[in-house]
Amino acid sequence: MLKVILSRVIQTIVVVFFLITFVFFAVRAIPGNPFAGEKALAPEEQAALERQYGLDKPVPVQYYNYLKNIFTKGDFGDSSAMKGRQVSTLIAESFPVSLKLGIVSLILGLGIGIPLGIIAALFHNKWQDYTAMVIAMAGICIVAFVLGPIFQLSIARPLSFLNVAGWSRTSDIILPSITLCFGVAAYLARLTRGGMLDVLSQDYIRTARAKGVPTMQIITKHALRPALQPAITYLGPAFAAIITGSFVVENIFLVPGMGQHFVLGITSKDYNLVLGLVLFYGILMGIANLLSDLALIFMDPKLRNT
Amino acid sequence: MSTAAPVIKSESVVAEKGSSLWADAYVRLKKNKLAMLGGIIVILILILCFIVAPILAASGMSANDQDLTNRFAGVGEEGLLGTDQLGRDLFMRVLEGGQISLLVAILATCMTVTIGVIYGGIAGYVGGTIDNVMMRIVDGLLAMPFLIIVILFREIITGHIDEIAKFLIDDWGWNDNTVLRFANLIPLTIAIAAFGWLTMGRIVRSAAASLSKQEFVEAARSLGLSHRRILFRHIVPNMLGPVIIYATLTIPSFILYEATLSFIGLGIEPPNSSWGKLIQEGANYLETNLTVLAVPAVMFSLTLFAFNFLGDGLRDALDPKASKD
Repeated sequence: MLKVILSRVIQTIVVVFFLITFVFFAVRAIPGNPFAGEKALAPEEQAALERQYGLDKPVPVQYYNYLKNIFTKGDFGDSSAMKGRQVSTLIAESFPVSLKLGIVSLILGLGIGIPLGIIAALFHNKWQDYTAMVIAMAGICIVAFVLGPIFQLSIARPLSFLNVAGWSRTSDIILPSITLCFGVAAYLARLTRGGMLDVLSQDYIRTARAKGVPTMQIITKHALRPALQPAITYLGPAFAAIITGSFVVENIFLVPGMGQHFVLGITSKDYNLVLGLVLFYGILMGIANLLSDLALIFMDPKLRNT
Repeated sequence: MSTAAPVIKSESVVAEKGSSLWADAYVRLKKNKLAMLGGIIVILILILCFIVAPILAASGMSANDQDLTNRFAGVGEEGLLGTDQLGRDLFMRVLEGGQISLLVAILATCMTVTIGVIYGGIAGYVGGTIDNVMMRIVDGLLAMPFLIIVILFREIITGHIDEIAKFLIDDWGWNDNTVLRFANLIPLTIAIAAFGWLTMGRIVRSAAASLSKQEFVEAARSLGLSHRRILFRHIVPNMLGPVIIYATLTIPSFILYEATLSFIGLGIEPPNSSWGKLIQEGANYLETNLTVLAVPAVMFSLTLFAFNFLGDGLRDALDPKASKD
């Protein structure tokens, strides 16, 4: 267990470092400069701004300073597109929104996807299986930016107590989370079905059946835990991706989450913002992967004892 | 001996007349009605977008002719599917949008296959430390947030392509409309392919690693063939199955990425349009004129369905053991 945690932590550190280095130089390779707005700046103003953000120094020095500020002061720098705001405050403001939306849609996705996958596997190659798989395929193919407008029109319009878009009331979480959960549910259904089919064909399940264990008990007691392994492995990265925000869903429903900052940061060449977000994403991904590792160990006694 | 051998050979051929892998796969595929339907729809959409649309365009129908007196014409009133917010023929716009969507996805998939087969093939065939290092690089790249890296990369390439486009138009006198069209497509395609080949690389690597341990490779090696020849003449052709399956499943995911990026305004830009762009424009007129959104959305979803069912079916048919999910 300790070994798993340790290796995940080391792996995360390596990946985050790799990610930061890559993005640091990639952002600076985008042609144009971060301060070119609608009106042209005088050369002195440009130089002053560059000095303020430390962009007048050579790139390797900037890189060294960036890392040094993070490690010594925990400072991610200032946003250059939104003047006077720190990257850390921008993340601190938008992350809880994305986290809430992500967790709700993940729970919905689990609630829909896993039962669907189990049903499909139990009725392998029967109409229930085909129906479940067509539904799952629909969840993959009818994507958020098609579903979102449909929901706005068909749910929010007739039900006047729901806002079509916005993020001011508690009920505003309903539509975006439903929209977001379909993709997750679809993948989970397919993975659960695959895992379940694998397990159901094994000898110990046949033994349990021969002993006369009721079907329901076979599923819950014997088959489910090993069958969920592929789904759990998928959940790790999916969790991080959902939480950092699907910008499409945020865009449609005007949710003030992290996704907007990602897009805005890149298009406005806000170096510090992009880097801060990518760093945050990398760490979150590492945590999510660690959690899914731990869940796998918890579910599988064979892994637990090694 | 030279006279006897051919006789025996021809007899044995008649006697065995076994079915090849591909014939077997086709029989299995034909039984899968959803996959066959998907295949037929894929072919129909390809014909519509790449054969019918250019013919219609040549016969005078245009996707870009505006007619502001005739906005939001209903289905059947003007053209086949009515007109959009600027009075443009919706049917033609969907077909031309599909052209771009499919073009980007198919081109990016071709690049993906090329990079993936070469990279994965070398890693799997060589093995050892080199394989380890190459695959750790893939793992590292896979841990990156895909869409963000693609957006970043697209921005970088766009800057350089714009310079080239300007040069071509100003100094070489190229048709600026054509140049701008491609100047917008190329960065997106390259950016998607540059980070989309990773899973393909993994699949090819594992196939190449298991193939390179088989006897026919050993035989080829004992004949003194060069490594390059063994890899590309003996191993790569045997991986065609998994590569085709995965390529078929890659196309819809790339169509999806392209549409997502176009939807948030970081993909296809005018004068080009794609399904994602059309859906985004249509979403603005959701309450008053649903067809403007519905037509591209249906075409888009239908295409994804068709490619995914075909891909799943191909996997069931070509690789019955691996088809669990």
